[in-house]
Amino acid sequence: MSTHTHAPGKRSLDYLEIRDLTVDFDGFKAVKGVDLTLLQGRLHFLIGPNGAGKTTLVDAVTGLVQGTGLASYGNQNLLTMKSHRIVRAGIGRTFQTATVFEELLVLQNLDIAGGVHRSAWGMLLARRGVPTYVEEALATIGLTALRDKPAGTLAHGQKQWLEIGMLLVQDAKVMLLDEPVAGMSAEEREQTGELLQRIGHERTIVVIEHDMEFVRSFADLVTVMHAGTVLAEGSIAEIQADPRVQEVYLGHQVEAVPGDTGDADQRSDHA
Amino acid sequence: MSPKTLSLLRTFAPLLGIAALAVVMLVVAPAVLSPFRLNSLGKYTCWAIAAVGIGLAWGRGGMLVLGQGVFFGLGGYSMAMHLKLEAAGPDGVPDFMLLYGDGTMPAFWEPFRSGPFTIFAILALPAIAATVLGWAIFKRRVKGAYFAILTQAMAVVFATLLVATIQETGGFNGLNQFTQFFGYNLYDPVNKQMVYSITVVLLIVCLLIVWQLYRSRFGELLVATRDAEERVRFLGHDPANIKLVAFVVAAMMASVGGAMFAPIAGIISPSDVDATASIFLIAGVALGGRALFLGPALGALTVGYGRTSLSEAFPNQWTYFLGAMFIVVILLLPRGVGDLPRLVRSALDRRTSA
Repeated sequence: MSTHTHAPGKRSLDYLEIRDLTVDFDGFKAVKGVDLTLLQGRLHFLIGPNGAGKTTLVDAVTGLVQGTGLASYGNQNLLTMKSHRIVRAGIGRTFQTATVFEELLVLQNLDIAGGVHRSAWGMLLARRGVPTYVEEALATIGLTALRDKPAGTLAHGQKQWLEIGMLLVQDAKVMLLDEPVAGMSAEEREQTGELLQRIGHERTIVVIEHDMEFVRSFADLVTVMHAGTVLAEGSIAEIQADPRVQEVYLGHQVEAVPGDTGDADQRSDHA
Repeated sequence: MSPKTLSLLRTFAPLLGIAALAVVMLVVAPAVLSPFRLNSLGKYTCWAIAAVGIGLAWGRGGMLVLGQGVFFGLGGYSMAMHLKLEAAGPDGVPDFMLLYGDGTMPAFWEPFRSGPFTIFAILALPAIAATVLGWAIFKRRVKGAYFAILTQAMAVVFATLLVATIQETGGFNGLNQFTQFFGYNLYDPVNKQMVYSITVVLLIVCLLIVWQLYRSRFGELLVATRDAEERVRFLGHDPANIKLVAFVVAAMMASVGGAMFAPIAGIISPSDVDATASIFLIAGVALGGRALFLGPALGALTVGYGRTSLSEAFPNQWTYFLGAMFIVVILLLPRGVGDLPRLVRSALDRRTSA
């Protein structure tokens, strides 16, 4: 991809720039002065051992925890904004445990995600038919056949796809995905990776991940975090060759990262 | 039947329910019930109007509103003040003010001489109160038990305030002895039936409003907020605003119920709006099924009827029966009696599939 070589901010390329981000939990610094540039069009993976501060970083950027420093996107500093305003600015996220609205249908889940684009009065009207953007999202995430099922009846992997679909409907330009393939079967991981590649061209996608096989297959760029700081950044090959990274993983090969494969087949019984 | 007709039927089935309720309450009930019983049914209808709002706020919005008596009271006292002034005649002063005070009327009573202002106040007062209160509560992210306790405390404060202001609000006795309702003599049975019919129509209007709200995108969002409030933030909505709308609508409905309660019951007193009264309102909703469409209204009508008939049969023990009924329903049917058909259906499904 040629986009890698562009400097951030050039012409139409969208980017999210994080400078000196620090999150302080009563004296414990979960994130310490992190600099990160997230660029449109590449699948950016955020890896690191548990407690490295990956999720906290995403929490800070999405207004869930208070952070200091700068997270600028389109001339706005996200760190000073409330969560729902950040979403309206075009930043979307998912959570480690898929949280879809279980009592609502798949279709309704996607439809309410489009609420950001509606007027207050429009909210008081009933939905008529299926909006085209919902239909497109259903097709993209492959859940068209299940659109009239309650979201609570979906398999784990399908819920994660539904969440990604909701981000598509709300037209998130930046997607921050927290372990989207955790607990998925190998086949589902493959499909998720391909889905992210399909939708990634016109978006800035950041994936927090433990599964190294998944990272190897789909990452354009990998940032390794450790103890609240950025340890290394580069292509997967560069990361794997980095001695500091190997040291963080207790001298083991990077392949032996905790959370790798192991439970892959556990969930393969999904419909 | 094609899936399309089926889904149409599902959308409009609640309207059939409303129509059936309308026929029973507007045509059948006046024909078969004595004026006294019909008047009692009118009282239950007032509670049902408040219950419809509670269904919205609690059933769909997840806010356990334990102080709806306050809003019921705002409407009830607004209407009662107007009726009192009507009974006193032009430039007259309500009788109790001569009895307990020196016969000077507090300034806030004066505007209630006007009928249109009273109607405006019945809608605006609860809306303003609920907006201010709700804003403070929801923006601070007060929820769950804390929200319930707060609203309950509000009802206690409100009733205490009423009892303490005997010269302004009639105190413990409340306001009673109304003679006229917007020019119509309340001792005339025909006019009494008219007041009853107006109340039923208002109940139907409230049901139509929640029907539209439930099927709207707002309704979906409200359920989403109830089930995963934090997640809604990441759809780009401030859940506080969504809850606020439901809370304000519920408050306005409670107020309308209270406003009709005054002429029908012939009295409004602190015991009609205090914490206990608020819990009776909630009880009806829980009994009928808080998240169901007709559950809250039918539940409130049933609890109202239960109160009357049980208290006639067992003047001293009736509250125990009502309490026991409440416990049984919560234990066996946590989603209310209206959930029974669904439970039966799923039990049958299980049997046929086994």
